[in-house]
Amino acid sequence: MTNSTSWTVACSANDLVDNSGVCALIGGQQIAIFKVSLNGVKQLFAISNWDPIGLANVLYRGLLCSVADKTVVASPLYKQRFCLLSGQCIDDENQKVQVYPIRLEGQNVFIQMPCGH
Amino acid sequence: MGFFLRKTQVQGIKMSVDIQKYKIVVVGNGMVGHHFVEQIVQQDNTNSAVDYAITVLSAEPRLAYDRVHLSEYFSGKTAADLALTTPQHYKELGVDFHVNARVSHIDKIAKTVTVASGKVFAYDKLVLATGSFPFVPPIPGNDQPHCLVYRTIEDLENISASAKASKIGVVVGGGLLGLEAANALREAGLETHVVEFAPQLMAVQVDGGGGRLLKHKIEELGVKVHTQKATQNIVAGDSCRYKMCFADGDSLETDMILFSAGIRPQDSLAREFELTIGERGGIVINNHCVTSDPDIYAIGECALWNNFIFGLVAPGYTMARAAASHISGGDVTFLGADMSTKLKLMGVEVGSIGDAHARGQGAQTYTYEDQPSGVYKKIVVNPEQTLLLGAVLVGDTSEYDTLLQYALNGIELPEHPQSLILPASADAPNKGLGADALPDSATICSCHNVSKGDIIGAFDGGACDLATIKSCTKASTGCGGCSALLKNVVDCELGKRGVEVKKDICEHFAYSRQELFHMVKVGDIKTFEDLLGKHGHGLGCEICKPASGSILASVWNDFVLETPHVALQDTNDTYLANMQKNGSYSVIPRIAGGEITPDKLIILGQVAKTYNLYTKITGGQRIVLFGARVEQLPPIWEALIAAGFETGHAYAKSLRTVKSCVGNTWCRYGVQDSVGQAIDLENRYKGLRTPHKIKFAVSGCTRECAEAQSKDIGIIATENGWNLYVCGNGGMKPRHGDLFATDLDDATLVKYIDRVLMFYVATADRLQRTSVWMENLEGGLAYLQQVVIEDSLGLGDELERQMQHVTDTYQCEWKTAVENQQSRQRFRQFVNSDETDKQIVFVQEREQIRPATAQELQNIPEHDVSDTNDIDITTLELV
Repeated sequence: MTNSTSWTVACSANDLVDNSGVCALIGGQQIAIFKVSLNGVKQLFAISNWDPIGLANVLYRGLLCSVADKTVVASPLYKQRFCLLSGQCIDDENQKVQVYPIRLEGQNVFIQMPCGH
Repeated sequence: MGFFLRKTQVQGIKMSVDIQKYKIVVVGNGMVGHHFVEQIVQQDNTNSAVDYAITVLSAEPRLAYDRVHLSEYFSGKTAADLALTTPQHYKELGVDFHVNARVSHIDKIAKTVTVASGKVFAYDKLVLATGSFPFVPPIPGNDQPHCLVYRTIEDLENISASAKASKIGVVVGGGLLGLEAANALREAGLETHVVEFAPQLMAVQVDGGGGRLLKHKIEELGVKVHTQKATQNIVAGDSCRYKMCFADGDSLETDMILFSAGIRPQDSLAREFELTIGERGGIVINNHCVTSDPDIYAIGECALWNNFIFGLVAPGYTMARAAASHISGGDVTFLGADMSTKLKLMGVEVGSIGDAHARGQGAQTYTYEDQPSGVYKKIVVNPEQTLLLGAVLVGDTSEYDTLLQYALNGIELPEHPQSLILPASADAPNKGLGADALPDSATICSCHNVSKGDIIGAFDGGACDLATIKSCTKASTGCGGCSALLKNVVDCELGKRGVEVKKDICEHFAYSRQELFHMVKVGDIKTFEDLLGKHGHGLGCEICKPASGSILASVWNDFVLETPHVALQDTNDTYLANMQKNGSYSVIPRIAGGEITPDKLIILGQVAKTYNLYTKITGGQRIVLFGARVEQLPPIWEALIAAGFETGHAYAKSLRTVKSCVGNTWCRYGVQDSVGQAIDLENRYKGLRTPHKIKFAVSGCTRECAEAQSKDIGIIATENGWNLYVCGNGGMKPRHGDLFATDLDDATLVKYIDRVLMFYVATADRLQRTSVWMENLEGGLAYLQQVVIEDSLGLGDELERQMQHVTDTYQCEWKTAVENQQSRQRFRQFVNSDETDKQIVFVQEREQIRPATAQELQNIPEHDVSDTNDIDITTLELV
């Protein structure tokens, strides 16, 4: 059983868009939430919305892509791609974004924020 | 870059080093003189052992221009279009140049030349590239006002002026240049005659049979040809300005006369200052292009090599290279040149190779003539019928490249040589000589002396496509006659290297954009999901998704933000606006043709003021509002749409703007309503999704204030209609548009643009602008003209139908988006909060906002930033 105190409702499942992203504000943090839907399988991912290269809160507006078996988002500013699972930038090994655990319960999308939030 | 840097440094210390520099003076700045300058500058830059001071003295009032394509001056090209260089360019190269500087004196002992103004130039090496002058037969009366020649831009200006005051024109001389001049008169609307002394046209290049057919074809085009006519005098006419009286008693009335009866080497300087001259003129040179004085060279049409004057540009270029090489200690020599030519005269194709008249000992010929279709072909072979010695082609030169390679490289002929010129039967093997069969020494481009080996070398150096090969070897950038052969060699070489010419758009689709386009259309595919499921794999990516989105929009034209399409769009398309560096957006409504009412202008100002947006005029005659946050976009557009604006598609790969000058409504010089035309065209093509952005412009007269020749589609008004230019662009690699068709009426103009654009949409690669598309199109401009004007693929109607569909289904995407609740939901920064993005911060500059820099952002206490619109921005004016 997860420690429910650190899980926060971010939005409703209806707010999500297939194969695209939205952004939620949780405790002052901007979280980009993506819904990947492929061949009937649906997956949710949550990463920080801050693009550490373009220096703006834009990652949720990026395009979702697959690179081999990885699912990545390409920043809308300068097109660097970030792995949704690890947060690692696959075009620049020195860059990484925060990833957050995410789950769907009924119609609610939950995000687990690190301690302190 | 490094190259210019070096020259600048050289110039910076010019005064101190001038004395040691090796002084080269070039007399004449025609095509060959200019080519020499380019060659010697290249030596200067690549060979550290040499340091040259180059001076160019030109008697003409302008620097080098393209004389080969001189006749295009009459079809709309300007002196600037024909220019091969500019004063700026010569300055960058560090070349000292003087125009209107005719040389009057050469002192071979002191090694100086003096120009008409009296200025003296010292030389270490002197290069004479004085060219030739037109031969005017010594006919009494040949010096009257409307008796002209055809050689320089000034001559063309005179011809143009004279033609305006004439109804009938005669060209004396039925050679290559004469027929070109005749075409110019014909295009100027004159009743045109050609008078030739010999029994046939183009007697140098073409045999009797070919000449007969050529005459017939040219007469079909309305030009009257008079052969075997010797003009005895030119007197005042009865019905026209002049009357030409012939030796056989006939006469011909005309208003103007153009002499094009051959050229004579411009060797008067050399004569006067005692260089060795040939019996019939021409400055005698050796294999290094050195004259009888070891410090004086002669190149081009003024030079006589082996008792022969070479009146073509390619041998002149070879001489220029030989002279430059000899001066810098290299070993390139001039050993004669092939005089084969292929050209199109008034639309009639003519080709001549080697021994066209079968004058060689024991030469045998094969002739094929198809009178109904107007085709004549002859090949000349050696007595053993194993080698090709020459050929004549009239009416169809499609075998020219293959035949030329046989002749130049001594390739053994097939068992039945006639098969090379007979029409192919369905089961006959392809008679074309594969690029593979050519030796490395085979010349592919004779204008720039590029061999097959040079092209392979360019591949070894890293080039891997046609466009790169063209830019690094210059192959096919001269007369362009070798373009098909070049492509053949490039493709063959790519194949050999196992570079399977891979056109896969990305890892998710093993297809090119063109193939995907056909799949969507033929397979009736309406969504990316369907396309991916049927033909691809994975999730897609930032390459295939927008490309597919664009294809789906080009073919079906559905709303781009409908659920199945929304995830495909690049961010700019998704939010129907252009993202700027801090994540805010710009807003650009359409201002068709750049025409806007005061009321609309006021609305733009009010909207900008309400939302505190930065405003600027764009390069495309519109107004852009910067600094809108994503959630502000729908209300901003609601206000704009209410005032009658619509989306400007500035975010999309589609038609951006149709720029226009004010046209004949206001302008004293305008000849057509360019603004009206621009508005109509912009409204027809707005919303069309294309492989890359496209821009148009319409100019109301030849002054070209709208800069139409730098656009994908450029239109310039003429007194009779519109001239259409295609495939130009500005940007990183500018390209002038090619003149595509002239004097079109409105309906034909739209028909041609429909076809050009839809053909581009159907066949271009992803993110390929029209200029690159055209350069990679096999057959280039001529092919595109065939497809569009002559409808050679039978696609014309279909292309127009597709365009009509796109036009009929146009919708303002912003109108649809703001009216649709689901679409509007997309324009939220946060799904769970109405707060705004605190990191979008603006500061004030020149009375408007601009994004705060990273450093400025660090200095802002976070809690102060509650809402960017409420910030006291004056406190943020840092440093």
